[in-house]
Amino acid sequence: MSSSASAAARAPSPGAARAFLRRLALGDAITHIVTLIFAASIIIITSLLVYQLWVNSVASRKAFGWHFWTTTVWDPVFDHFGALPFLYGTVITSVVALLLAVPLGVGAAIFLAELAPPRISEMLAFMIDLLAAVPSVIYGLLGIFVVVPFVRTELAPFLETTLGFLPFFRGPSYGVGVLTASLVLTMMIVPFIISVSREVLMAVPRDQREAALALGATRWESTIRVVVPYARSGITGSIFLAMARALGETMAVTMVIGNDPKVFTSLLAPGYTIAAVIANEFSEATGTLYLQALIELGLVLFLVTFILNGLARLLILATEQRAGARV
Amino acid sequence: MSLRMAWRKSINIVMLSLTGACTLLAVSVLFFILGYLVWHGGKDVNWNFFVKLPAPVGESGGGMANAIVGSAKLLLLAMLLGVPVGVLTGIYLAEFGGRTFGFLVRYTADLLNGVPSIVIGIFAYAVVVIPMHHFSTLAGGFALGVMTIPITVRSTEEFLRAVPNHLREAALALGASKWKAILTVVLPAASAGILTGIMLALARVAGETAPLIFTAFGNPFWSSGWNEPIASLPVMIYNYALGAYADWHEQAWAAGLVLLAFVLLVNITTRLILSRKISVSR
Amino acid sequence: MKRLRDFGILVVLLLMGGTAMGQSHDPVNLNAAGATFPYPIYSKWFDEYHKLHSDIQINYQSIGSGGGIQQLKAGTVDFGASDMPLKDELLAQFSFKILQFPTVLGAVMPTYNIPGVSAELKFTPQALADIYLGKVTKWNDSEITSSNPGVSLPGNDIVVVHRSDGSGTTFVWTDYLSKVSSEWKDKVGSNTSVNWPVGLGGKGNEGVSGVVQQTPNSIGYVELIYAIQNHLPYGMVKNSSGKFIKASLATVTAAASGAAAMMQKDIRVSITNASGADAYPICSFTYLLIPVSISDATKRDTIKGFLHWMLASGQGMVEALDYARLPQAVVGIEERQISQIQ
Repeated sequence: MSSSASAAARAPSPGAARAFLRRLALGDAITHIVTLIFAASIIIITSLLVYQLWVNSVASRKAFGWHFWTTTVWDPVFDHFGALPFLYGTVITSVVALLLAVPLGVGAAIFLAELAPPRISEMLAFMIDLLAAVPSVIYGLLGIFVVVPFVRTELAPFLETTLGFLPFFRGPSYGVGVLTASLVLTMMIVPFIISVSREVLMAVPRDQREAALALGATRWESTIRVVVPYARSGITGSIFLAMARALGETMAVTMVIGNDPKVFTSLLAPGYTIAAVIANEFSEATGTLYLQALIELGLVLFLVTFILNGLARLLILATEQRAGARV
Repeated sequence: MSLRMAWRKSINIVMLSLTGACTLLAVSVLFFILGYLVWHGGKDVNWNFFVKLPAPVGESGGGMANAIVGSAKLLLLAMLLGVPVGVLTGIYLAEFGGRTFGFLVRYTADLLNGVPSIVIGIFAYAVVVIPMHHFSTLAGGFALGVMTIPITVRSTEEFLRAVPNHLREAALALGASKWKAILTVVLPAASAGILTGIMLALARVAGETAPLIFTAFGNPFWSSGWNEPIASLPVMIYNYALGAYADWHEQAWAAGLVLLAFVLLVNITTRLILSRKISVSR
Repeated sequence: MKRLRDFGILVVLLLMGGTAMGQSHDPVNLNAAGATFPYPIYSKWFDEYHKLHSDIQINYQSIGSGGGIQQLKAGTVDFGASDMPLKDELLAQFSFKILQFPTVLGAVMPTYNIPGVSAELKFTPQALADIYLGKVTKWNDSEITSSNPGVSLPGNDIVVVHRSDGSGTTFVWTDYLSKVSSEWKDKVGSNTSVNWPVGLGGKGNEGVSGVVQQTPNSIGYVELIYAIQNHLPYGMVKNSSGKFIKASLATVTAAASGAAAMMQKDIRVSITNASGADAYPICSFTYLLIPVSISDATKRDTIKGFLHWMLASGQGMVEALDYARLPQAVVGIEERQISQIQ
């Protein structure tokens, strides 16, 4: 590059200058094409990923069809594979985690975006970002040695005596189980909800708040009646993002859920999730059908998170653009 | 009326303090994690941990030297794949991107970012391990590399877009072509940001376990070259935590502390670099 | 820009360093994966063998017998290990021939964690099958108490723990239950992983003993060494002659004593529920699975060398880790089998 710069400085004749300009234009074209190729490679990699999941699960899809998703027997001995318990476990753990995490996360986001002084808000938000960066295997480590004993000795007995009339809190607790997995997931997705929701809330134009306050609303009223509705789709987006992450979370859940492919009613019971069964059984699946059944699980996990992420991005984009248009 | 006002005011105060409590709870988790790891793992992070190989099962002692080097080698490979693809794509999006195609690429990157890491593991197993007939550092590095791409793309694009347009225009006005302007003006202006984006991407994949368990596999010895299975810190933590030996649990805590310290340090450092950069440019 | 370039240079240097490190000496790297049941002795052996031959590294990952079989089939490891001898229909799925080498004998035993109960429990085959079938759900069920007079068992729910991964330990356990309970045989069968009627899954022997240790009122099944090393109480099991036997080196060896004659014909024998007054009923050989033809001469010689060493000096180390050594007649059979590897 330094040689071409000095060439430009010298540029003795008009003919040479034109050639040089052409070369420059050529450089532009090359840069454009090279970067374009790399950009396209992302789409290619993603398509290849889908393709691999698709072709490597063909035997399983043929053998079981839609029954794969409605039957509950996971039996490697007789080659019967039904994925309902995994699907069910995945959805329930994620939904319970969201029920706990959404109020907590959105509440904290409101505090950080609306109430805390900017300096403190920045600092706390940074800590939340750090929390989001903690690797999932570390959540799993704490899950096994802290959350599991806590659930077994404190939380489960407490829930059984106070809420035992509900079918969700009955039966023996082993410490490991659906509730434990949901608690660990809650810890993991709260930072996500907070940091995305905070950003979305901060994007709400100032005048919206000030108008409400001027009309005599309290701080809380202006937040909950004006600001939050304004950012609603963005917050929903953050929840979808968190849900996608919860659905696909592997290690921490595998370590605490109990690995039992059953359709359960009690949250104290052990369960199993799609990601966990892949982690446990993928490298040891004997037989094509077994392996392909696991890959089909992977395919569906991919599709579900794909759709959720897609929706989430659109929702967040919508809020930001709406806010952007107003500013 | 005044009663109603008092009611509204007290609601106001109660709800506001509740949101504060939520924040406090969320942030305290960070300190809990840190404190617990330091408390449990601190005493086992010693010299042996960094220089010794794991001891055979059931024997005490040993360390995780190979897993630390293993993680470093995996990250290096991840970077070799993720940085060129990520940065060049970021340049495309920020400087050339067509409306529709640009949107498509950006959107795909976001979706790739959301793909569960275990699925990336299946992918790497299918396209690297099976054809090469080998669990290997390469396969693990590929899996992590794919995961770094979307993060690098988005951060690169963002920081390039943050470069003021007048810099570009000035370069173009001086007779530089577009690619020269990008190379000599825009990229240098955004380099700190791009670097931190890369570092953050690496910190994120450094803790990934799921994509490694059936690609990089594991290895109690030093792994030579790039075509052998290799140990890594997250996989060691996973295996040791689930193990039945008290000695393993202690080492898992120690490894957890080391891993977390690395991840948090990178995050904090990049934040410091960024805030300095921003204050300087302002 | 400068920063980016420096960064690039750093990367290249590191990369060259890494590659150079890999090529400075030329060690023989063998990769193997499979059974967790013999993992302690294998990791000991491979560590000792590496000390004897510093250029040989055998990387063994205990991902479960099912995994060992699968990865060998996929060609991602040099050899596999399994507690389940491969039957003909499984061997037919391989694109190459396999030799099976028994390495040690192990036993699987019921381990439990019942707060307040320190006595050694006695289990009838029926009780074990019914607990794992989910028919016996409380510790004070008469099926358990009748064989344990004098022990006061709590009325708590039994927490059944099994392996979540494909495992030879599971094969031995279910092979045994299939032999003693026709209901088990029809409903569940035997394999490295099965469709469990009840229970929690733990990954690996470590995982199961971990869950049992952490869960009051639980029962699991683990390999002898794990129960001993983790000071888990383990029960006696009634054998085919009607005696309650505690697993030990002597009782496991007793179970294998009749096997050598059969192994002349076929090295794959099941010794669960073996006859003999002192035979512990739940034990088995564990096998290395080695391809008959290995094209890489260095690898072939290394594997053969290791097998010879394992059958000689290696056997001297097994009892310290609570495995029973191979009967001498079996060693002879295997020595002859090594020469078939080409």
